[in-house]
Amino acid sequence: MAPSLRPSRRDFLRAAAVSGGILLGFRLPVVATAQPPAGAPTSGEFAPNAFIRISRSNVITVVVHKAEMGQGITTALPMLIAEELEVDLRRVRVVTAPVDDAYNHPQFGMQFTGGSMSVASEWERLRRAGATAREMLMAAAADTWKVSLASVRAENGRVLGPGGRSLTYGQLVDKARTLPVPQDVPLKDPARFKLIGKPTPRLDSREKVTGAAQFGLDAKVPGMLIALVARPPVFGAKLHHLDAARARGVGGVTRVVEVPSGVAVIADSFWAAKKGRDALQLAWDEGAGAAVDTDVLQAEYARLAQTPGRPVQRHGDAEAAMAGAARRIAAAEYRMPYLAHAPMEPLNCLVALKDGRCDVWTGTQFQSVDRVNAARAAGLSPEQVHIHTLYLGGGFGRRATFSSDFIVEAVHVARAAGAPVKTIWTREDDIRGGFYRPMWHSTVSAGLDASGAPVAWKHTLVGQSILEGSPWAQVMVKDGVDATSVEGAAEIPYAVGSKAVDLHSTKSAVPVLWWRSVGHTHTGFVVESFIDELAHAAGKDPYQYRRALLAGRPRHLGVLDLAARRAGWGTPLAAGRARGIAVHASFGSWCCQVAEVSLQDKAIKVHRVVCAVDCGLAVNPTTIRAQMEGGIVFGVSAALYGQITLKQGRVQQSNFHDYPVLRMDAMPAVEVHIVPSTEPPSGIGEPGTPLMAAALCNALFALTGRRIRSLPLVQHGFESA
Amino acid sequence: MTSLNVNGRAVTVTADPDKPLLWVLREDLGLTGTKFGCGVALCGACTVHLDGSPVRACVTPLAAARDKRVVTIEGLARGDKLHVLQEAFIEQDVPQCGYCQSGQIMSAAALLAKQRNPTDADIDAAMSGNICRCGTYQRIRAAIKQAARRLGKGA
Repeated sequence: MAPSLRPSRRDFLRAAAVSGGILLGFRLPVVATAQPPAGAPTSGEFAPNAFIRISRSNVITVVVHKAEMGQGITTALPMLIAEELEVDLRRVRVVTAPVDDAYNHPQFGMQFTGGSMSVASEWERLRRAGATAREMLMAAAADTWKVSLASVRAENGRVLGPGGRSLTYGQLVDKARTLPVPQDVPLKDPARFKLIGKPTPRLDSREKVTGAAQFGLDAKVPGMLIALVARPPVFGAKLHHLDAARARGVGGVTRVVEVPSGVAVIADSFWAAKKGRDALQLAWDEGAGAAVDTDVLQAEYARLAQTPGRPVQRHGDAEAAMAGAARRIAAAEYRMPYLAHAPMEPLNCLVALKDGRCDVWTGTQFQSVDRVNAARAAGLSPEQVHIHTLYLGGGFGRRATFSSDFIVEAVHVARAAGAPVKTIWTREDDIRGGFYRPMWHSTVSAGLDASGAPVAWKHTLVGQSILEGSPWAQVMVKDGVDATSVEGAAEIPYAVGSKAVDLHSTKSAVPVLWWRSVGHTHTGFVVESFIDELAHAAGKDPYQYRRALLAGRPRHLGVLDLAARRAGWGTPLAAGRARGIAVHASFGSWCCQVAEVSLQDKAIKVHRVVCAVDCGLAVNPTTIRAQMEGGIVFGVSAALYGQITLKQGRVQQSNFHDYPVLRMDAMPAVEVHIVPSTEPPSGIGEPGTPLMAAALCNALFALTGRRIRSLPLVQHGFESA
Repeated sequence: MTSLNVNGRAVTVTADPDKPLLWVLREDLGLTGTKFGCGVALCGACTVHLDGSPVRACVTPLAAARDKRVVTIEGLARGDKLHVLQEAFIEQDVPQCGYCQSGQIMSAAALLAKQRNPTDADIDAAMSGNICRCGTYQRIRAAIKQAARRLGKGA
């Protein structure tokens, strides 16, 4: 997912001005253009902007320009439009947007889905789009009936007027099309919302329970071939020798070709391509990547953490405050491994090249970037590339890369094949394919006053930057500090006195990427574990200790108090159980989780997780609950078992047996409580993930007195009950 | 040539007998509701019924389905009338990305076919072979119980 930090609009203007190709130019929010986007059918339809089309036969089409990867965006965005347009959500036809500047993020100047931003960034624009269409339809009706605009109103897909007059939107299409698009339409008073804020069933459930939903893997065109690519066993290795004779002898294999990322075996079926790939005989020049060893890297990170890094945050004189503290808490070392996204749908991409046109069918989060990259690989201009975004079988950030790795590769394969080809990754390809959540090391220390309250806080982080070298670096990396490396650590909500935060950005052959909640995945664990350490050192209750240090932070306190109350914090538990708490703000939202755990021998059982979230106005509470549940599962999976390790440059894991994720039998009971709010909506896809590791380890400490500072828990001999 | 019955229809397939049933369904028969997730029976995304029992189609060679009845997610509904589990999954708002849902529902349908009133332990045992990376497990459990209640009432 994209970074959660929100640089100023001016930053993006500047970035867009200098970067050209990738950031495709800053645009003011498109509220109402009379021109529908390229490729959108126009004949006979009323299309007052890029998001709404109404036909004479009264079919109301909403164009969703965000990728649906499970977060419920194909329900939430139509809700925003339907609310203002006054139509029944169940009657709305949802279609997926092509790539067009009209669908660019209002600030980032490109079309993408990430950073838990979709509802927040579209909240104003899409309600305005709906309201614009509504006002135009009302004006069309008033004009038809020769009555005043004030005497008509819109309701359930019709305009109603004096004397029982009534016309459907479809009947008003021809007239509405001729009207000027108003620039400043009134939005509904939230008190009159009929849909926004109400638990609303997802619109895509039926197709997803009948097998009808089309994911990238399901795309098909006539004459399509299937490819698997043999990629290097070590990141950065180059092909040294290829013997494809046996592979070519496999029935169904049509071609074996070298592409920049490896060797593609192209066949008439997946099975033939797989057998062909298994039969390849390859030798690689492994290069420097062969030296990568995560144990060695860990030692190197620990050593670096003892040296001064780039200053990230300086508040007061942390050294002096530490020296003068009544009590010093010795440096605690936290370690977090590389993590793979492992979406259920392995990466895949279908490409058809014909007559100066490149069609791409895939599930992607990064359309604008992908179009430019695909064009370059195809030898075409971006306008000649058409990306058809299908459902994503999970994204979690993996389908948003600046290099468009899986799309560019598929373009090269299709070019070499001279036929449409769907390139499919196996699970092993996915787990070993890189683009991991970076490995991190954090060293934290604190000084406490006589009452146990912190007066000094020192935190040094060591890990790879996600954005260095990317087109976003000029905005998001300042003075060598990648904002996504330190989000959640640079600024912390607790009153900790003087503060010094440092960063070492390391280099490695291992490609890294944002992973559901980006930097917060590691900073949430460290800050929320260490605060817990301080509470225990001070002899205070971890909930009350946090409470005292969060004075003046009403939204932190709101979720903290709500979760603690609902979890029964402080009330007796069954024998052998303990609770742990964590609170963290990310992506504009506030979240608190209380985990209840027990231990039988070495087997950890997570019985219950109580979650409170404040995400501003809750547009669809149903989806918000689901995203919290999902974020918690994602966090528990990583905390218990998640790790990618490398030896001699080779990734040691390959599939779900050695990269396990949570299953039904380990699923805790999850309760989600939403803080009522009238603030603008904020992120929901990611804020549920960063807290679980801390909440679990804090509960384990309460249970055993043993502080776990490195993940995953299985490396400490724990098992999942 | 391999003959089998898929969703009540007799079909003949010319694919290699060692080709996994998953890819026969998806590529030779155009039934893409059954998903590829791991290729080695670790995730359950490819679950179908073979003579009524849930199997992982990614490791079931076509030869093993010869002359057998295969039911996929596309064959679960009766025309427009969804299977009680499909209805329950919709009502509980289970799917997120949706990719694993075919396999989840096929595993759950096999469970309910032999155990009309499953306990939590029964659900754990029957469903723990199916991974959902979006974390919909709690809602899957609720949907299975809802469907069981409805079946109990003879719906």
